[in-house]
Amino acid sequence: MRGVPVSKMLRFALRRILQFIPTILAITLILFLLLNILPGDAALVAGGAQDKGVDPRYLEEMKKLWGLDQPLHMRYLTYLKNLAQGDLGLSYLRREKVSTLIASRLWPTLKLALVAMLIAVGIGIPLGFFSALRQGSWLDTFSMVGAVSGVSIPQFWLGLLLMFFFAVKLPLFPTSGYGDGAVKHILLPAFTLGVGYMALLARTTRAAVVEILSTDYIRTARAKGLSELLINRKHVFRNALILVLTTAGLQFGSLMGHTVVVEKLFSWPGIGSLMVDSIFMRDIPITQGCVLLLILVFLLVNLAVDLLYAVIDPRVEYR
Amino acid sequence: MKEAFKKIRRQKNLMVGGIIALLVVAMAVFSPWLAPFHPIDHADLMHSEEPPNRTYLFGTDNQGRDILSRVIYGSRVSLSVGLVSQGLNSLIGIMLGLTAGFIGKRWDDFVMALTNILLSIPSLVFALAIMAVLGPGLINIFLALGFTNWAYSCRITRSQVLFARSLDYVMAARALGYGQVRIMFTQILPNIVGPILVVATLGVAGAILIEAALSFLGLGVQPPTPSWGGMLSQAREQLFTAPWISIFPGLAIFVTVLGLNLLGDGLRDILDPHTTRQRR
Repeated sequence: MRGVPVSKMLRFALRRILQFIPTILAITLILFLLLNILPGDAALVAGGAQDKGVDPRYLEEMKKLWGLDQPLHMRYLTYLKNLAQGDLGLSYLRREKVSTLIASRLWPTLKLALVAMLIAVGIGIPLGFFSALRQGSWLDTFSMVGAVSGVSIPQFWLGLLLMFFFAVKLPLFPTSGYGDGAVKHILLPAFTLGVGYMALLARTTRAAVVEILSTDYIRTARAKGLSELLINRKHVFRNALILVLTTAGLQFGSLMGHTVVVEKLFSWPGIGSLMVDSIFMRDIPITQGCVLLLILVFLLVNLAVDLLYAVIDPRVEYR
Repeated sequence: MKEAFKKIRRQKNLMVGGIIALLVVAMAVFSPWLAPFHPIDHADLMHSEEPPNRTYLFGTDNQGRDILSRVIYGSRVSLSVGLVSQGLNSLIGIMLGLTAGFIGKRWDDFVMALTNILLSIPSLVFALAIMAVLGPGLINIFLALGFTNWAYSCRITRSQVLFARSLDYVMAARALGYGQVRIMFTQILPNIVGPILVVATLGVAGAILIEAALSFLGLGVQPPTPSWGGMLSQAREQLFTAPWISIFPGLAIFVTVLGLNLLGDGLRDILDPHTTRQRR
């Protein structure tokens, strides 16, 4: 914090949080319009049958229950009002609150994303850092080939391969499922999810360090006769981290998005698999809730990154 | 010396990427001549789930269809999705970016706000939401991917326009009495094609990955049309008994996307030495 008054920090945090609100509003509007603009056969789905034998009076009742008889703008306002109270609506098919359904799936998804991120950060950043320090070495070549491959590999395919080699051929891990929540269940899916992110972090870190190594202040530090170790630790790593953090935050959304595929592949009981199932059942309130939640997690992470940025980098102005 | 070495290595990216991309295009264009069997109609049930052998180089799937032929035809789906959707994205991004940079003021604020919102929605999630509404199918994938990933093209166009506006050649055009629109299209656009092309190449790679993911989830191109993601989705159930069904379509996606990413990186080093931004 370097002597920055706490009240100043708080004000910065508050302003940043306030900026967050219009973004969320715009996103809810886009999603609401997108998912609700199609002609209301939702009541049919809710009525439990797409066939023509449904009693029209029953349908009217269903429409009323989900507020589908209201005009679109009224429905959006109601949706917003409920949203502000943490109410995401009622599932068409399961007759349960979407918020309850999502709440039970939230922890598995967050756990998966967190472990994936830990793996990615723990391997990607050191790899990028040491590659940059030893440019042209075998480590550099290896990790950069690995990085471009990691960005290009389809995650569900990587997951399938890992599943085949480490769960079928060598039965070290279970093929899929959440199990009792033990570590061995999460390693394959988390690694699968983390690989792309890891590759990205390695590339970004390497680029940042290479750039920093050519700056004047490193030359000065060297000229002063500081040891390489000290230079690397005090100057290079710290400054590179600031650059890497931004990319890490911006690309976290991609990681959240890919939880959908990885969860489906490994039958992981998270938000992503709930969302895919809801799409197939045309249960729009659930889809809407899941999409919103995935975006929200992404935005919150970026908010956290911005705040962290201010803590790490003393040059950031608390405007 | 180090610099020279770097240059050669970078051009290697461009070479390898370019060759892979050309091969994939050739595969898509000449599928009927390259594929040994029909990808759908040739269903040799007597030889279903056969491992790679002399007749079926990549083996057969559970319906006895030739995996090699299906992989070859699958390139058509991937490539068309990549090119069409990125084409739409580039078009939208360039238009919005050009006008935002040129007109400025309120329009610029609006476009930038829209871009930032778009960037805060993970592209796979956005595509899924749209596919949820439109339903599966190739045309719908074009739409779902073609209208949601223009933010990078827009940003780069806008920043290039802002930069170019102050340059001498634009001043000169103004002094010659050229109109705004004419300057925009005949002066600025041709000069900023490089960076836009880089973003587009990487965008094609990204779109191919998302299409594969959608098809894998069952929301993309529907069977029996061969698509790489769709083939993997069916292969998952036979992972224990016939793992080769999972290998080849995934390898095809991987190599194609890798090639396009290398090509994009190589192009960036040549055309756009200043930006080091990366995207997925």
